[in-house]
Amino acid sequence: MSQTLKQTPSQTVGPYFAYAWTPELYGRRPLATNRLAARDMPGEHIRIEGIVHDGEGTPIRDCVVEIWQAGADGKHAPGAAGFGRCGTDDAGRYFFDTVKPGSHGDGHAPHIAVTVFARGMLSHAFTRLHFSDEAAANAEDPVLATVPDDRRDTLIAQRAETPGGVVYRFDIHLQGERETVFFDC
Amino acid sequence: MDTAVREAEGDFGPRDWAQHPPYLSPLYKSTVLRSPRKPLIPMKQCLSVRTGPVFGHDSVDALDNDLTKNGRVNGEPVGERMIVTGRVLDENGRPVPHTLLEIWQANACGRYVHRWDQHDAPLDPNFFGAGRCITDAEGRYRFTTIKPGAYPWGNHHNAWRPAHIHFSLFGPSFLTRLVTQMYFPGDPLLPLDPIYNGVPEGARELLVSRFSIDVTEPVWALGYEFDIVLRGRQATPMEG
Repeated sequence: MSQTLKQTPSQTVGPYFAYAWTPELYGRRPLATNRLAARDMPGEHIRIEGIVHDGEGTPIRDCVVEIWQAGADGKHAPGAAGFGRCGTDDAGRYFFDTVKPGSHGDGHAPHIAVTVFARGMLSHAFTRLHFSDEAAANAEDPVLATVPDDRRDTLIAQRAETPGGVVYRFDIHLQGERETVFFDC
Repeated sequence: MDTAVREAEGDFGPRDWAQHPPYLSPLYKSTVLRSPRKPLIPMKQCLSVRTGPVFGHDSVDALDNDLTKNGRVNGEPVGERMIVTGRVLDENGRPVPHTLLEIWQANACGRYVHRWDQHDAPLDPNFFGAGRCITDAEGRYRFTTIKPGAYPWGNHHNAWRPAHIHFSLFGPSFLTRLVTQMYFPGDPLLPLDPIYNGVPEGARELLVSRFSIDVTEPVWALGYEFDIVLRGRQATPMEG
């Protein structure tokens, strides 16, 4: 590196980000929403939903979950599902309406990159969502392979067929016995 | 959403934990139950994190970088008008062009528009407090806004947040994502603030903007400069 500068330190989003990040309630145009997939987008349309919990299991209402994913063909391309952002509600719930991503073809199982921001988090936390119906691919996934067996299930979203469609349940625990695996990457 | 995609030509360097605050910082009480306690697991970078969303100019409206105008109902917002400008760079000193910044802040009295903010200070009908901007080819951004006020919070007895503006940045990949806060030089509340002090000593000062008479515009607004440094590319390994 020719010139080395120091990284600007991270700070918490605080409790009052909603009118900037999810400003629909305030009559403003959002940059991104939790609805990533228009009806005609190719792929299996799914909902991802969950609750974000603190170390005592209490749902967190001032939290934002962001996701970044490939389209059903495994490509990151304009028009693919891409980027989503969702603030948790008063019960700590979030959801995304999207399509199930395909495999990148690089040995990684289909997955979604996830970041979590909240009041009380001075740095955001980075994790990764895998799919329960991809057992064979998950068994070969190089990232899941680095995670201790007894914690791997914190990264697996559980598929359910509901009258409204396919739902994957992905609860996030910032701390505690069921603490979600967070990555340094 | 039709977000463009940028793919980086290689791995990004790690988050520098000598610069960033630890998850657990007990003087900031909300971290106690919200800090991951198990060690982070190192992850090899793959396509899903080397890429990231790219927001085009259609993501930004004409008044989005002027907070003195984008919330106007019937007059000028109250407070000290100011210009905040700076460059977004990476650790290698290279500008980060065409990347989105989002900011949000309290009004001059220290009150947020947010529906949960119960601080007993007036809302300003002409100030919303949120804006967006995309850096130019040299990584430069510029906002016009009102200097935010300090406000009380419930962390400890007589706790007041120093005046600050929240900044959110994307950079070229999902890994360069950063949320930070910009503070003001000489603020007496800084040494007392557990959020500011959550950052390791020696790194905190990078969060304090510089007053600039050159950025200041005569008969209009004071000028502050605040540069932001995102993660850069992995250094090339030395040949043995």
